[in-house]
Parts: sequence; C-alpha cells; structure tokens
Amino acid sequence: MTSTTAADTPAIEVRGLTKIYGSGNTEVVAMRDVTLTVNRGEVVALLGPSGSGKSTLLTAVGLINPPTAGQIAIGGQPVMDGPRDLVNLRTFRREHIGFIFQKSNLIPFLTARENVQIALELNGETSRAGRKRALELLDYLGVADRADHYPAMLSGGQQQRVAVARALANRPQVILADEPTAALDSQRGRQVMELFRKVAHEQGGGVIVVTHDQRSLDVFDTIYEMEDGRVARATTKVQASPHGERVSNAEPSTARQT
Amino acid sequence: MNLAVKDIRHNLGRFVLTTIGVGMLLMIVMGMGGIYRGITEDATLLIDKLDADLWVVQRGTRGPFAEVSRLPTNLADRVATVPGVTQTRRFVFHTVQRQHNGKPLRVAVLGLDWPTDRGEWLPLVAGRPLAQNHFEMVADRTLGLALGDRVPLGKETYTVVGLTSGMIDSGGNGLGFFTAADAQTIQFDLTGEAVRLERAARVGRVDRIDLGRTQPPLLERAEGETAAIPALAPPAISAVLVRVQPGTDPRTVAAAISGWADVSVHTQDEERQLMLSGPVEKAKLQIGLFRVLLTLISAIIMALILYTLTLDKLHDIALLKLIGAPNRVILGMILQQALLLGAMGFGIAYLLGQWLFPRFPRRVILMQDDLIQLAVIVLVISVLSSVLGIWKAMRVEPNEALS
Ligand SMILES: Nc1ncnc2c1ncn2[C@@H]1O[C@H](COP(=O)(O)OP(=O)(O)OP(=O)(O)O)[C@@H](O)[C@H]1O
Ligand SMILES: [Mg+2]
Repeated sequence: MTSTTAADTPAIEVRGLTKIYGSGNTEVVAMRDVTLTVNRGEVVALLGPSGSGKSTLLTAVGLINPPTAGQIAIGGQPVMDGPRDLVNLRTFRREHIGFIFQKSNLIPFLTARENVQIALELNGETSRAGRKRALELLDYLGVADRADHYPAMLSGGQQQRVAVARALANRPQVILADEPTAALDSQRGRQVMELFRKVAHEQGGGVIVVTHDQRSLDVFDTIYEMEDGRVARATTKVQASPHGERVSNAEPSTARQT
Repeated sequence: MNLAVKDIRHNLGRFVLTTIGVGMLLMIVMGMGGIYRGITEDATLLIDKLDADLWVVQRGTRGPFAEVSRLPTNLADRVATVPGVTQTRRFVFHTVQRQHNGKPLRVAVLGLDWPTDRGEWLPLVAGRPLAQNHFEMVADRTLGLALGDRVPLGKETYTVVGLTSGMIDSGGNGLGFFTAADAQTIQFDLTGEAVRLERAARVGRVDRIDLGRTQPPLLERAEGETAAIPALAPPAISAVLVRVQPGTDPRTVAAAISGWADVSVHTQDEERQLMLSGPVEKAKLQIGLFRVLLTLISAIIMALILYTLTLDKLHDIALLKLIGAPNRVILGMILQQALLLGAMGFGIAYLLGQWLFPRFPRRVILMQDDLIQLAVIVLVISVLSSVLGIWKAMRVEPNEALS
C-alpha cells in the first residue's frame, strides 16, 4: 500500500473484500474482491449504477455489515478479517467513524441539538461541553436556528446537515456518507463536500462519499466507479492542478493516490 | 442525557395514555384484592364488634349465622347463673327488606338486650344509643337514613335516634339496632288476617280433642292473644351472648354450659371460623380465584404493553448502536421506561382507587400487605418484560437502522 508522507498509515485500507448475501438460489454476490486505500486527508467518491454494491462497501467499511471475506484496517489498525471482528466494533465506530446516510439518520425523539450531543456524550463528553459543541456544529452547518426542532419538523436538507454535524462531532478518522447531498440544493451540497474536504485535511481522516451528483465530482481526490460489485475504474486527481486532468486506471489497487 | 426521559417527552401523549391504561388495569387488580379483604373483614365484623366471649346456640347447630338457631328467651337467665358469667345478652338477628320512601330498604335487624344493653358500645357517628325499650332504632349510615327519620316496620313505626358507621352484616347489609323485644316484634309480625286465621286454626285444633270439649274455657282462651296462653312459648331468640369474668377461662365456662343437653357453645374464635367457612366461604373463594386470575392476566397484558413499547423502538435502538451507544445505555433506556411506567401506573391505580372505592356499596379494603405484594408484582413484571425487550434489542443489528 502506498501512503502519504505525513502519516505513516492510510485512513482506510480494504483488501479482497467480498460480500455474498443469502445462499443457494437466493445468493447475491454484492461485492467481489474489492481492494482500495483511502489516505489520510483524502476524499473519495463511489460512483456506479444502482445495485452495483456501493452501499455494501460503505457499510462494510463502517463495520455494520460484516463482509464474507477480506480485510479492513482503519487508521492502520486491522478491524475485520472476513466476518470476524478484531476489535469491539461498536466502541470503534463511536470513536473513529462518522456516518451520514440518505435517510433515517436521526433519532426521532431527540432534537437536532440532542442528536449531535448524544454522539458526544456517548464518547465521554460532559453534558455542558457536549451541548456547546453541538450548537457550534449546528451553527457551522447553518441549522443553529433549528437546534430545538425534532427531526420530523426539519426538511430533508436540514436533517442531512444535522446528520453531518453529528458525523463530525467526535472528529472521526473516517467519514462515510451515502448520498449525503441528495436532499440538498447544489450550493449546500457543495458546501457539505467542501466541509468534508476541510475535515479530512484538518484531522487527517479519510472520507468516502457515495454520490450520483456529477456536478460536484471535482472536489474528490479519487473517484471509484463500481460495476456489478467490482471497482471498475479509479480516477485520481493530479495533485499539481486541482481542477485539471485526471488519471484513469483500470486497476484500482495500483492507482496512484496523493 | 437521559434517553428514556427524552423518548417519553417526545411521545408524551402516548406514554400518558399507556400509563393511564396500565393504571386503570392495576386499579382493578387492587380493587379485587380489596373486595376480597372486604368480604372477609365484613364477615366477622359483627362478631368482633359484639365481642362476646361465648355464643350459646341451639344444640347441634352452628348458628346463629351459618344456620338457624332457636332458643327459648329465658335461656339467658339460665346461663347467667353459671359461675364465671358476668353478663348475658339475648341475641336476635334477622334481615328484613321493606319499602321506605319508595326505595327498597334492607335492614339486618339486631336486637339489643334492653336494659342491660342499650347500644352504648356502638360506634355512633351521630345521635345517641337507645333510651327507651320501644320504637327507637340506631341505624347504620349505609341504610341511608337520617336522624329523626321514622321507619314503619310491621305495625309499628321506629324513630332513628342514632347513626353508626361501618356496622354491616356478612352480606353487606346495614344493621339496624332495636331492643330485643322490638326486634322480635318485627320478625314475628303478622297481619290481622293471619292472626285471625291462626286463632281459628287453634280453636279448630282444641275443638277436635277431648280436653277442648270437656273444658270450654280452653276454647275461649284459644281465641285470645298468644301472650295470654301460658302453654305457648314466647317468640324464640337466636343465641345468648356471654361475657365471662376477667381472669376466667371462657373454655371452662363453655364446658359447663355444654353439659346442658339443649345447647351448644362456641367461643368467639370458633364463631368467626364458622362464619368464614360457612356463609361467606364460596363468595370468598370465588373472589379469591378471580383475583388470582385477574392478577395473572394483568401481568401478561402489562408485559405485552412494555414489550411492544420496546419493539416500536427497535429502529431507534439500531440507530443508537450504529452511532456506537453501548448496551448499558440501551438497556438503561428500556428498563427505566418500564419501571417508570410501572411505578406511575401503580400510583395512578392507588390514587384512582382512593377516590373510587369508597363509593362502592361494599367495603373495599386496601391492606398494606396487599399493596406491597402488588407493587412487587408490578416491579417483577416491569423487569421481566424489559428483559424480553432487551433480549430483542440486543439482537438488533445496527444496519437495520438503514432499512
Ligand atoms: N440485505 C440484503 N440481502 C440480500 N441482498 C442484498 C442486501 N442488501 C443489498 N443486496 C443486494 O446487493 C446488491 C448491491 O446492493 P447495494 O445496496 O450495495 O447497491 P447500491 O450500489 O448501493 O445501489 P443504490 O445506488 O441503488 O443504492 C444489490 O443487488 C442488492 O439487491
Ligand atoms: Mg445504496
């Protein structure tokens, strides 16, 4: 595996990941032999048609969907070997992973602020400090005025931003987002993506975003295109010219990343 | 942050309704226990209040409550001569149901042995005990009579001079206290026509025997008042209540009286036992069984309510697991809610019962032991059903939050 010079280990390292749902006649191979690396500070996109295995890969990396085979390491620490966990997954999630999903993201009986605060308190933050940081995060995401609203009273975009605030709360090493900008207008969507970039750079974490939004692809360092459970193509932005040419490589495991 | 409280706050209406529902259910369980206690307490209430050391009844009977007991009126005088006896009272007891002010009036008539007993021992809440040997009565409040009310019973009218509280018979009927003589008059009251027919029958019987034919004055007497015929016994009494001298063992006195071939003697405890194993036994058993059943069913219903409450939260629980909440947090949330619901339901049951049960026609007695027992049951159910819910919650996969 290649890695950035600043940190000695990549944020996410996935090797030979395979997921088979069901068995016999109903067997579905959702993901086959996926290998990829997300370096610290790197923001990558997962593209691909519906059913190509994007969510399967994301949830496997998020440690909520054990793979049938393959290894996952986060921050240099091996966490999964096939379906076997090597660490306490729930604690690991709480401390190192932030999630944003397309829907059903927020706990319905907690207000926007409490949804962010609970993530902090679960990680040992005091109620007072958690409250303060939660409000800061909501403010940062432009939903401070909705802090005391329940999720059901928020628009889809507002819910999404609260979910982003919660995902960022514990300064995780890894942020996993499944179509986080689907409910946002393009400007907000872009802001969220920029935010991910900022967090990735500042905290030295890795970000994986499943997206269909072709307009904001330029914010990603690497774009993985999935097809039928495989990574069919990986495109890496050339570091020297952020908005310039991209390097395409059919073999993702050897793709050069910055 | 307390998740249990936050969840309740958000679903307040639902929680309140569920709590009220559980509360009402528990109130019924509580009430059934109270009714059971009421029946046993009321059954022996009269025996306890009369507080006689010995009950002398007709030989071979278990009267006067469990079956009919008839004794001659003068037995009281005979018993009074037994060494160790300080006081005897004639006991006359029967139930009448009449109309009063257009409503049925059911009175358990108790005769007081005037003048030794004027009812000074009664728990009066108004008025006074009996002050003359005729035409006065002390009524229990449950009869719905007021001081000064005039109640016609038979050919006479009785004035309410005193009111008691909580004096009822084993059937829950309010007691009316009269002098023994009045009580007998009420019991043996016959209409003029019945008296005429009885006298005619008497004349017919005398007429058919030799003595009647050879002694014409006998025929004349037979047509007169019953009281004027010494050969006919005055109306019977039900029992004789005996008080023994302090320091004397009632059992020695009982042994002495039992020697007589015409009476049986029961101690106060035996009389209480006879009552519980006799007239009220079936009712007690019926209510007792129903109470057990009700408790079981309520326990099941409560467990189901608590369990479904948790099932409804499985998605939220999966989400909590997703963001890394440890089991302790999830377990605490479920358990706290169950306990809160159980405790508040119990509180509502108690408060509602305090308000409602006194309005029942019969006594509903909430005994502390029964309340504690029910509280323990509620606690156990809350914990047990939570365990079921927790078992389910522990098996929820975090990725179910995404479905
Ligand atoms: N729990 C499951 N059981 C069985 N098959 C599943 C399950 N989840 C996903 N699959 C299958 O695995 C394949 C990949 O699904 P996945 O959700 O990863 O696709 P996706 O790329 O995220 O699609 P979309 O863009 O529509 O979200 C699909 O064929 C899907 O039917
Ligand atoms: Mg998907």
